[in-house]
Amino acid sequence: MADARKDWSFHGGVHLDDHKAESTGQPVRRLPIPDRLTLPLHQHIGLSAEPVVRVGDLVKKGQLVAQASDYVSASIHAPTSGRVVGIGPQAVPHPSGLYDACIVIESDGKDAWTDLPEPMTDYATLPTADLRERIRWAGIVGLGGAAFPTAVKVNTSGQRPIDTLVINAAECEPYITCDDMLMREQAADVVEGIGILRHLVGARQCLIGIEDNKPEAAEALRQALSTKADTGTEVVVIPTLYPSGGEKQLIRLLTGREVPSHGLPAAVGVLCQNVATAVAVADAVLRGRPLIERVITVTGRGVRQPGNFRVAIGSAADFVIAQSGGYSDAVRQLILGGPMMGFAMQHDQVPVTKATNCLLAAAQDEVPAHPAERPCIRCGECVKVCPAQLLPQQIFWHARAHDFDKAQDYHLFDCIECGCCAYVCPAHIPLVHYYRFAKTEIWAQEREREKSDLARRRHEARVARIERLEQERKARLRQKKEALEQKSGESAADPKKAAIEAAMRRVAAKKAAQPPEPETPGGE
Amino acid sequence: MITAILTIAGLATLFGLILGYSAIRFRVEGDPIADQIDALLPQTQCGQCGFAGCRPYAEAMATGEAEINRCPPGGEATMIALAELLGRDPVALEDEAAAEKPKSVAYIVEDECIGCTLCIQACPVDAIMGAAKQMHTVITDECTGCELCLPPCPVECIHMQPLGATPQTWKWPYPADTVTEAGHG
Ligand code: SF4
Ligand code: SF4
Repeated sequence: MADARKDWSFHGGVHLDDHKAESTGQPVRRLPIPDRLTLPLHQHIGLSAEPVVRVGDLVKKGQLVAQASDYVSASIHAPTSGRVVGIGPQAVPHPSGLYDACIVIESDGKDAWTDLPEPMTDYATLPTADLRERIRWAGIVGLGGAAFPTAVKVNTSGQRPIDTLVINAAECEPYITCDDMLMREQAADVVEGIGILRHLVGARQCLIGIEDNKPEAAEALRQALSTKADTGTEVVVIPTLYPSGGEKQLIRLLTGREVPSHGLPAAVGVLCQNVATAVAVADAVLRGRPLIERVITVTGRGVRQPGNFRVAIGSAADFVIAQSGGYSDAVRQLILGGPMMGFAMQHDQVPVTKATNCLLAAAQDEVPAHPAERPCIRCGECVKVCPAQLLPQQIFWHARAHDFDKAQDYHLFDCIECGCCAYVCPAHIPLVHYYRFAKTEIWAQEREREKSDLARRRHEARVARIERLEQERKARLRQKKEALEQKSGESAADPKKAAIEAAMRRVAAKKAAQPPEPETPGGE
Repeated sequence: MITAILTIAGLATLFGLILGYSAIRFRVEGDPIADQIDALLPQTQCGQCGFAGCRPYAEAMATGEAEINRCPPGGEATMIALAELLGRDPVALEDEAAAEKPKSVAYIVEDECIGCTLCIQACPVDAIMGAAKQMHTVITDECTGCELCLPPCPVECIHMQPLGATPQTWKWPYPADTVTEAGHG
């Protein structure tokens, strides 16, 4: 089985200098908790969390401070004890540089825990809904960078049954080593997390995909598996080729199955989770701990001591870098994430979030200055390397022309923004930038359309309501009139009244007989 | 030869009947062109086009009575989409300045509101909540920014607030517009 697997590969990809050794020399070091922690309410895919604390409240470490506001959303907990000193817009790690709603906590230095829920050590006997609820409570999101709420991802009811759990330990992006170090040091926790996830989705087997540049981590995992006597789980070493850690690419490498365009891995019976997420699941289920800290890589020649650090979520990037040894003189740019998929920050006063896996303080030669874009020469290099088997130059062509329908015809939304195409493009076209531009434009158009549909519905409802009220008013008037007429009919016994009425009728008849007179007969 | 002619004639009659039947059976109710035009309009219901809302303007365009350049909230993009749909030539917007106004929503200064309900009656999409002698408020998500509630307010307590981008609604700039770009090697 393992031998057959070797034959599978994904299309394209590029060989990159991995720059991993710089940050794997030292064990993961826990950084102190800063005086101020800034917790963005939107650290995940889905709706922002809803604050459940107010300014001035005292909070304990691990206490819920913002609640998932929707099915696809994630709760946020206080990473330490202290006081809520602000709820409002703060700088957040986002390519726009815009501010977003955050809860700011000032640490009291005690780091005192709140009461945590009971560990669920007997998880194998518990209903899966309870386990999912625990994961949801803990605010766990995919820690590989995408930050999709894990409780939603593991809810596979109503989908095809899952037979294979794929654990993403590829960590294919250069410079980033936080998963590598986590596996070396906490392999047992990874294996525990895998056990829980397998039980949750009923996967018969688990495949851990790990690139061959991480032999220590692979060995640690094998050790942990053998001591746990876990038989259905296998460590599969794959060749180092960027982007082997893309979800669809890794599934293809490990199982040979092709996730359909627009489809989820569940469509081919697979659930994919990152290693760090598995550890967070183990922490939540077996230790009752919410997700309040994570391991991040601080690297690049722009820092004095590259390494991996366990930091409280909400710690500011400048604090993390200062604590880890500070910038070196070579620093030119701070990148959040890796050199391929990350984005440059305008400044370093932004918090580390659940999605932050790497702070890359790059020297000049680590992010080459972008040479001016030249026209596409149709060399097809981008097509050769695209792991999603797209036609990058076609998508680029249409995105550049603002022709978003055509860009979508060429499957813009299957692009995983891996950057392989831009990396090889001899014309130096910032291809991914064009794709991101097109994607956000299309989303904006969709939002506009939804908004205008809502306005149309509400306007039509209003017009209909006004019309109905008018009709009702008229109907009431008519009724009143009829009632009046009836009354006058009853009182016909009175000869005097009858005479007056007869006179009125005569006048009316006369009026009606005069054609040029526009006045309506029988009026008041 | 005769059979061929008869067959073709027979087929022609048959298809004619099918077509005739379908034309009656599957007749589309309403005015599909006006519907398609209406779908392109932003539904602000502001009346800046000179009609009593988006739908009446759509109907006027469908009959060719109105030009396609009269919708400031839709701007250039809507005009071009209309030109494409109707096979007309793009024309310059009638009111360029109005089209460049940033998207805004109405905001009621609640301390100043006297609860007269006049704005509620003016709002084309029922986005204002309130009752007589009680403070009113605008449901931001439903406000189209048409500004129709501004003139009726006797105490001028309604202001337009531009809708700024949030990280969730922010759009990547067009690459050629940005001089430096980082991250992607
Ligand atoms: S960025 Fe998108 S188009 Fe370019 S190689 Fe990666 S998946 Fe293909
Ligand atoms: S690699 Fe660049 S120049 Fe070559 S076809 Fe693709 S976009 Fe064009």
